[in-house]
Amino acid sequence: MNDTIAAISTTLGVGAISIIRVSGSNSIEIVNKIFKGKDLTKVDTHTIHYGYIVNKEEVIDEVLVSVMKAPKTFTMEDVVEVNCHGGIATTNKVLELILNQGARLATGGEFTKRAFLNGRIDLVEAESVMNLISSKSESNRKVAIQGISGYVSKIIRNLRQEILELLASIEVNIDYPEYEDAEVMTNNKIKPKISKIKLKLEKIMKESENRKILSNGIKTIIVGRPNVGKSSILNKLLDEERAIVTDVEGTTRDTVEGSITLNGVSLNIIDTAGIREAKDIVEKIGVEKSLSLIEEADLIILVLNNNEKLTTEDYKILESCKNKKTIVVINKNDLERKINLNEIKYKNIIYTNTIDLNGIETLKDKIMELFNLNQLEQKDYTCLNNIRQISLAKEAYSILGEVEKGIQEKVPIDMVEIDIKRVWEKLGEIIGETYTEELIDQLFSQFCLGK
Amino acid sequence: MKYDIIVVGGGHAGCEASLASARLGNKTLLITGNIKNIADMPCNPSIGGPAKGIIVREIDALGGEMANNIDHSCLQVKMLNTKKGPAVRALRAQGDKITYPQEMLKTLQSQENLEIKESIVEDLIVENRQVKGIILETGEKIESKAVILTTGTYLKAVILRGSKKTESGPHGEKPSKFLSTKLKEYGFIIQRLKTGTPQRIDKNSIDYTKTSLEPGDDIPYTFSFDNKPLYKVEEQVPCHLIYTTPETHKIIMENLEKSSMYGGYVEGVGPRYCPSIEDKVVRFKEKERHQLFLEPESRYYDDIYIQGFSTSMPEEIQDKMVHSLPGLEHAKILKYAYAIEYDAIDPLQLKQSLETKIIENLFTAGQINGTSGYEEAAGQGLIAGINASLKIHNQEPLILKRNEAYIGVLIDDLVTKGTKEPYRMLTSRAEYRLLLRHDNADLRLKEYGYQIGLVTKESYQKFQKKKEQIKELTEILKKTKITPTKENNQYLEKINSAKILDGISLYDLLKRPEIKMETLNHWIEIKELMEVQEQVEIQSKYEGYIKKANREAEKMLDLEKLKIPEEINYDSVHNLASEARQKLSSIKPTTIAQASRISGVNPADISILMVYLKKEKKL
Repeated sequence: MNDTIAAISTTLGVGAISIIRVSGSNSIEIVNKIFKGKDLTKVDTHTIHYGYIVNKEEVIDEVLVSVMKAPKTFTMEDVVEVNCHGGIATTNKVLELILNQGARLATGGEFTKRAFLNGRIDLVEAESVMNLISSKSESNRKVAIQGISGYVSKIIRNLRQEILELLASIEVNIDYPEYEDAEVMTNNKIKPKISKIKLKLEKIMKESENRKILSNGIKTIIVGRPNVGKSSILNKLLDEERAIVTDVEGTTRDTVEGSITLNGVSLNIIDTAGIREAKDIVEKIGVEKSLSLIEEADLIILVLNNNEKLTTEDYKILESCKNKKTIVVINKNDLERKINLNEIKYKNIIYTNTIDLNGIETLKDKIMELFNLNQLEQKDYTCLNNIRQISLAKEAYSILGEVEKGIQEKVPIDMVEIDIKRVWEKLGEIIGETYTEELIDQLFSQFCLGK
Repeated sequence: MKYDIIVVGGGHAGCEASLASARLGNKTLLITGNIKNIADMPCNPSIGGPAKGIIVREIDALGGEMANNIDHSCLQVKMLNTKKGPAVRALRAQGDKITYPQEMLKTLQSQENLEIKESIVEDLIVENRQVKGIILETGEKIESKAVILTTGTYLKAVILRGSKKTESGPHGEKPSKFLSTKLKEYGFIIQRLKTGTPQRIDKNSIDYTKTSLEPGDDIPYTFSFDNKPLYKVEEQVPCHLIYTTPETHKIIMENLEKSSMYGGYVEGVGPRYCPSIEDKVVRFKEKERHQLFLEPESRYYDDIYIQGFSTSMPEEIQDKMVHSLPGLEHAKILKYAYAIEYDAIDPLQLKQSLETKIIENLFTAGQINGTSGYEEAAGQGLIAGINASLKIHNQEPLILKRNEAYIGVLIDDLVTKGTKEPYRMLTSRAEYRLLLRHDNADLRLKEYGYQIGLVTKESYQKFQKKKEQIKELTEILKKTKITPTKENNQYLEKINSAKILDGISLYDLLKRPEIKMETLNHWIEIKELMEVQEQVEIQSKYEGYIKKANREAEKMLDLEKLKIPEEINYDSVHNLASEARQKLSSIKPTTIAQASRISGVNPADISILMVYLKKEKKL
């Protein structure tokens, strides 16, 4: 009961402000790790603090944080409440960060339950607490069932079955060591199977990210050396003069946001300061920020100058985008070609020029193509779409990492198997299946054992 | 004549129960149908194996007898799963079916406070839902404060071969025809279970050239922590391996409906892990052959047990089946295989202490509770004996937790989940199996055994010394650091281990898979006992995994601390889902942890239950 729980405690999308409540002995420490502002571990109880929620360097939201120490709190435990301002997607992101730091997503009515069990609520209220738990768990269950498409639950179920067969074939070696029809499982034999399972789970998680794109929009950033024409491309995309366009290198120091809609999906575009060796502090911050933005982006529009040979900075940018969905835009193609095209190892390359920007439509088409935006409506999404499912999938994924580590370190297979079993249980939680006798059923249906 | 405790049945459960009871100072009576069949092994001639072997060690650590008895009567011993991790290693011995019962009988007969009587029990003396003794078939009444039923397969036992049904226990013994009817009248739910055993053949009629040899290990082992090996490695008796043939399968398929099972003559539910050969052939059609082990039963007679060939076919078909096996073409069948059906109670009607919920001071253990296997029976018998004794002395029962013993897992599974087929212990049933190892059974349980009074002072002192040595050796290894000198790295390279770049303690170095305890002799002299070295090495090597298992166990233990009062009325707990309410009312879990393990009881129900208990100021 001492673990730390967190949940969004306001109705999503209803108010302008969403509150994330965190309760438990590690709550202050957990929020402090992602809070930029005062050191929350040193503030007085029942105080409010202004600052930012950050993911490494990136600012996620501007927030007010209330710190309330036990026992005079709702749950009688240490409680931190984060007031988020940035809408649904941002609030979800903040919650995700808190969960990543070691809090667990609260179950329905759990705060109230803790409040009661810790003696905060009097007896008269007990009945209503019990009502609350049962109604919330019911609605959670409904959400869980509705929230997951038949297709995804089928994929998870198949993945679990695969793991179950693997477990049974390891288990049969343990319980029936002399039974020779069962292949003797070794770390080497299970290694490719684990990689395969991990890959499948990764795919589900990735596609879940795609689904997030649908509701949250495609986070797009435009990168390139100073003065290659990033802001012009942005402006043309946005059809408005948002960014300051000059010929002086490094004019765009702040990121500028704008948004367009492509086939119902919003493209949230951020222009960055040019990436180059910064000469002054302001610019340096801008450049660092651009680099960290690349990590976070769903799509990168990488702009190069047709009229110049690739520079060290260009190579650096090309290198830092290589693992991302990237469209390379060769700008100024009305000028003489000096760029060494054969050095650019990207698949998606289009050409534009600064005068009529006729390539912009091609760019839009390319984006539609990359994200399958034309076929969106018909698709049954292979994804998990609530934070609970995604956080369980992440846990399962990270345990798979422990499995691989165990294999690497030559840990005996029966111990590695304990972690594989945990993966199986986590995946079961996603689809609400936790029947433990399954393994034994599998064992005896898969193998012919007996005296 | 009045006794403290009466034990009904002299099988593996009954022996442990009566010994525990008597050793704890209770005037004990063991009633058995036939004194010659005490501690008999009516089925396979082996004791131990994965999970089961660990139970035998747990019995030893708690002060029970099975480990010591098999140490005195084994034909061959093997350590299984040696290529896997320490958590799943287990000993298995082929036991001598003559010596094992003889040794046990000697122990029982020389036990102070213990009397043995040959008779059949037909009823209990029950007053105000409390047991006061038993009634024999002669009508004689014997009074006692507590009764432990360990009747094995004898309740309404029926032996089946084809369509032939015989009312009989194993060895043609008289079954107990009335006791289960009486139990039903008292309110017990009676279920019908089935098990089976293969043929025994004359060892002189086997052509061993067509078989392959399965010898014992060439290192001697013991089950008991207190024994030194009592057998000579070279004097072990081997087993032999053969396979079924296409001809065998053809005979089975052609005569399928003649078997009791497929002919519809059996009502009992058989265990999946113990299918008959006809079951295997039907269910796994694509398999061309099945393994069969020829296992000797004793040094003193000629019976060979065909492990894997259990069947309920009529005798004439069995003749054909046996003779279709390689090396057994002219085998002489000494005893035909059979299926046996018997009555068992529903273990959901038991408390964690193995006392029944229906009748106070009445305990049950072994196959009557729906389990299968000698080891499972003995483990329960021991616990029933201990708890019957504690009960009549008004003390709290001994309840082993799931992270403490396979015996704890076994009993918790039975009383929380129930069973519809004979329950066999498997390593996969134990979620904390890394903690429940063969090697640390004494570290887990000896303290309990000593506190209860079953472990002798001598054995306990030896154990204390071992514990101290483990602590000392751990400290020494943690304190002793080696540095990346040229000499050290050259040595590491020589033994195929990576170079060190910083100073490292020997304890941490031992974590490397290629570094064994004996490797450390290069730096310091390690002279502690092998079992001490083994403990320290396991603790070091698997520290991360053990910690993880302990963390999981802690979560469960927190919930074990939250007790549910016996008098709770689930109808007054509003908001419980109806399935949960019904299950909780009938199973009556004693802790929140146990409640959460009941299938059909959801986390929300547990939350509601906790809030309710808090409201009632019971938590």
